[in-house]
Amino acid sequence: MNDTQTSQTWDDNAPSFGHMLHAGVDTSHKVILYLEDISVSFDGFKALNKLNLTIDAGELRCIIGPNGAGKTTMMDVITGKTRPDTGTCFFGQTLDLTRMTEPQIAHAGIGRKFQKPTIFENHSVFENLELAMKTDKRAWVSLFAWLNSEGRDRISDTLKLIRLHAEADRQAGLLSHGQKQWLEIGMLLMQEPQLLLLDEPVAGMTDDETERTGELFKTLAGKHSLVVVEHDMAFIEQLGGKVTVLHEGSVLAEGDLATVQADPRVIEVYLGR
Amino acid sequence: MRTPFIIRLLSAMSRTGWIALAAFAALTLIVMPALHLWVPESSPFHVSTYVITLSGKILCYAIVALAMDLIWGYAGILSLGHGLFFALGGYVFGMYLMRQIGTDGSYQSLLPDFMVFLDWKELPWYWGVSDSFPLTLLLVLAVPALVAYVFGYFAFRSRIKGVYFSIITQALTFAAMLLFFRNETGFGGNNGFTDFKRILGHDITSPGVRVILFSLSALVLMLTLLLSRYLVTSKFGRVLAAIRDSESRVMFMGYNPLHYKLVIWALSAMLCGIAGALYVPQVGIINPSEMSPANSIEIAIWVAVGGRGTLIGPVIGAALVNLSKSYFTVAFPEYWLFFLGALFVGVTLWLPEGVVGLWKRIKARSAA
Amino acid sequence: MTRPLFVILLWLFALPAAAVPDATVLDPAVVKKLAAEDSDARIAAIQQLGSQPGAASLLQAMADDELLVSGDTVFVLDGERALDAASGAEIKPVPETYESVSVNSRVRSHLSGVLAALRLQDADRGVRLAAAQSLQGSADAELMPVLAQAMAREADAEIKAVLQLAHAQASLASPRVSDRLAAVVALADSTSPATRGLLLPLVKPGNEPDARVRAAAAKAVKAIESRLALGEMLGQVFTGLSLGSILLLAALGLAITYGVMGVINMAHGELLMVGAYATYLVQTVFRTYLPQYLDWYLLAAIPVAFAAAALVGMLLERTVIRRLYGRPLETLLATWGLSLMLIQAARVIFGAQNVEVANPVWMSGGIELMAGLVLPWNRIVIIGFALFVLALMWALMQKTRLGLFVRAVTQNRAMAGCVGVPTGRIDMLAFGLGAGIAGLGGVALSQIANVGPDMGQGYIVDSFLVVVLGGVGQLAGAAWAALGLGVVTKFLEGWSGAVLAKIMVLIIVIVFIQKRPQGLFALKGRFVEN
Repeated sequence: MNDTQTSQTWDDNAPSFGHMLHAGVDTSHKVILYLEDISVSFDGFKALNKLNLTIDAGELRCIIGPNGAGKTTMMDVITGKTRPDTGTCFFGQTLDLTRMTEPQIAHAGIGRKFQKPTIFENHSVFENLELAMKTDKRAWVSLFAWLNSEGRDRISDTLKLIRLHAEADRQAGLLSHGQKQWLEIGMLLMQEPQLLLLDEPVAGMTDDETERTGELFKTLAGKHSLVVVEHDMAFIEQLGGKVTVLHEGSVLAEGDLATVQADPRVIEVYLGR
Repeated sequence: MRTPFIIRLLSAMSRTGWIALAAFAALTLIVMPALHLWVPESSPFHVSTYVITLSGKILCYAIVALAMDLIWGYAGILSLGHGLFFALGGYVFGMYLMRQIGTDGSYQSLLPDFMVFLDWKELPWYWGVSDSFPLTLLLVLAVPALVAYVFGYFAFRSRIKGVYFSIITQALTFAAMLLFFRNETGFGGNNGFTDFKRILGHDITSPGVRVILFSLSALVLMLTLLLSRYLVTSKFGRVLAAIRDSESRVMFMGYNPLHYKLVIWALSAMLCGIAGALYVPQVGIINPSEMSPANSIEIAIWVAVGGRGTLIGPVIGAALVNLSKSYFTVAFPEYWLFFLGALFVGVTLWLPEGVVGLWKRIKARSAA
Repeated sequence: MTRPLFVILLWLFALPAAAVPDATVLDPAVVKKLAAEDSDARIAAIQQLGSQPGAASLLQAMADDELLVSGDTVFVLDGERALDAASGAEIKPVPETYESVSVNSRVRSHLSGVLAALRLQDADRGVRLAAAQSLQGSADAELMPVLAQAMAREADAEIKAVLQLAHAQASLASPRVSDRLAAVVALADSTSPATRGLLLPLVKPGNEPDARVRAAAAKAVKAIESRLALGEMLGQVFTGLSLGSILLLAALGLAITYGVMGVINMAHGELLMVGAYATYLVQTVFRTYLPQYLDWYLLAAIPVAFAAAALVGMLLERTVIRRLYGRPLETLLATWGLSLMLIQAARVIFGAQNVEVANPVWMSGGIELMAGLVLPWNRIVIIGFALFVLALMWALMQKTRLGLFVRAVTQNRAMAGCVGVPTGRIDMLAFGLGAGIAGLGGVALSQIANVGPDMGQGYIVDSFLVVVLGGVGQLAGAAWAALGLGVVTKFLEGWSGAVLAKIMVLIIVIVFIQKRPQGLFALKGRFVEN
């Protein structure tokens, strides 16, 4: 596990991001993501209600909460899919995410894995990773882009890491559910983001796959920041990071898993009523 | 280390593909012209004017079908307004041909006949470069591309897609048709442009010019095929297909779909414009009915009949549908619309992958 | 509106032809003087006759140059017979040489004044109204007393109003300032462009010496102009609304088939056509078998058109559209093919020419709100009809079991199937409903537009724009969008012509979608996209 990880270095000499600036996000205050007073409402329903959340650089944070607590909406706000009604959302010290488009946010270094695996089913596994690879993604450049050996190597490394080396030329739509989850994680890694948002990454995986995913996340933490939304408590326990409980669009409790699980309010939300 | 462009181009197509292309080139650039020009009409091997003109027309339609396939088959955007870009190219070139008439029109005026009829004293400003052949060629490329770019920019930017986009493109070509129907617009109103006399100083009805236009159409079609082949096998093509399958995922990966769509959309429009410019001197007329929504939607059926998402499919589809049209409208004019309608229904219900898909299925079955 | 017009026509054509003196015997001496050499004598005679109601037709004959004189016999010709002008007795033999009594312009002006005054006393209300109207716009100062008398006598409010206007107009030519001022003030309430033309010269010092009258005239012109502009605007709003209500009927069907079911039906316009041809057929049946009820054929056409279009719609759904659920672009192409076939079928059955569908009598004419603003009945009925269908559909979708099922299937097809909703049948019924409503649109359309095989084609783009603008799945959105689009189109048409208006509407829709991609009544939240 670990020696495959060594090849996954963040290459500072990788091809530039073209017209979009990517000088690395300013984490001088050790914080990579600030959410302050974020509110989002849909037709009167408050999906997020004055949500405050801070993620430190290199942190591995788990988010739990009952259905409708606002977990997915929060991710939508961070990735630019949904604009908050009020509140600020900063990536590092300088980047105001509420003013950026989805591709700009992706370039800035935020990668997202969706709840439902969204891979390109008509493309091969290899092509899926190639599309995700961190490179100049402008249309004109893509017209004349040609995969070099360096890129090939990176894809090959990732393929090994996500154990899909044998399936490289298979159509992605033919993979099993767990394999699709892995492929999407692999695509996320190819993007080399600094902040990874993972929405239920182990849903549909076998216990073995789940454990390996947990291992992978733990090795990623430190260099990257991870925000994992999960329902699987065993998985969260394995990850061992700080846990935030969302309820009705705002933070109900925060702390390590044991503390949070002992919190009477959390118990009431999960078990009560 | 960069792979030379020519190698990338060559590797874009299989051996059989190249052989088929060479055969097509030989047929359209050498055999058919020779049989038309130098074999006497009495000979059974003579290729008649009718055949050359019809084939030339179909070659132009095939270019349009390919352009349509790039945007529909590969990018998943169904345009119901491609007739507009075709007509724009045709009109731009038609303006040049109108100016080439000189004083040979019915009114013996330097101005085109319809302007004399409207009592106009001088050319409107937008006819400014219509005397220049090279500038006209430039406009043939630029006008459709620009119109497409501006329209596409606003449509794609607001993330109009699917049937919404199709309907808006239909409205676009409909509005343009109404505009061109007006005499005041300055493009000959209802009648459009016709009665062309010469092109680059040569008689437009002479066999030589006819054959050159025909062969040129074939050449452009082949180049379009190569270009399309390159596009769809490039990374650009893979991103396009990815946008078609899941646009939001592509955005979260850092691609801006707007630019990708705009490039292929404007390129597709430009190809249509070229086809239109080749079409007009061959059929000798261009009028606003080319912009009718019905014409544009027919392009989609050429692609669907042949098989979208393949490159040879649209070419085959354009040929099949238009040959049947030529046959039906002469033999059973009453039933052509029934046939065309049934084709729309039948292909979408039973032949979603078109003739090419059918062929593949038959081959797969016989191999099994 | 029709009755006065009718009377005027009768008056114009019938009276000169029947220029026979009334049975009342007039004073022969006075009648003889009508042919006197001296103009003053003739005028005196005219004035004298003016007090006798029976003299109207004689004077009319004189005005028409049909009063003849031979020696000192004054007579008129009735076909071959010559009739004495005073007694109406036949004169035998017909004089061999005669000439018509000469009417110079001075005499003529007296003659027409007296004639009008006579007619204003007529027993028939229609004759009086027509006379008053004929004086409007042509009255001069000499008629002031006549008009004032008539006003005092007149009991009918409508005629009285016309007389007041005519009186004011006549007063404008009066040499007295007070008369003119009173007239200007009275005319300020008018709504006719002719009055404006009458007052306009008075604003200039060269035409009107008195400053107070000039000021009053300027004020009056302004008032009339703003009233005219208002009338014109209201007229445009109204035609816009009626266009919008047609769009609404076309779009309401789409709001179900596309908005609610997600089926893009390019043959929708042809379902309008089916409805219109059904109306035509019902009309033909009434003409042939029930001519006495012909006026009410439209009421019978409504259910027939609904049923015909719904049947065709359900047939299309069963055979083609249901196999394409979830593939909108393919549905689009297939239904386009269906529309081609339906058009050609109409051509084969009914011929390529338009067929004639007549307005029933009760729908012709209109309400005159103010001068120059007539709201035609057929358009009023269509607006009402569209609103009625809208209300009906809303009730159907919100209050009935079918509506509940349709909404359930739209939101979650699989789940609805699981809880026992017959999704297949619901699809068919809902599609039939949408198609039927298109058929109703066809009935309405047959009343104001041509009925022909291509009639549906013109509405398809517009009605899809309505659905796009209104937002998917939104009845209220569709209604507002249709009416709004109709009004905006009509205003732009008035301003820039139909073609440019169409283009501008398209641009407006595109710009609008930039701001509100989900339409007027947007759905927000996690249901958007995906």
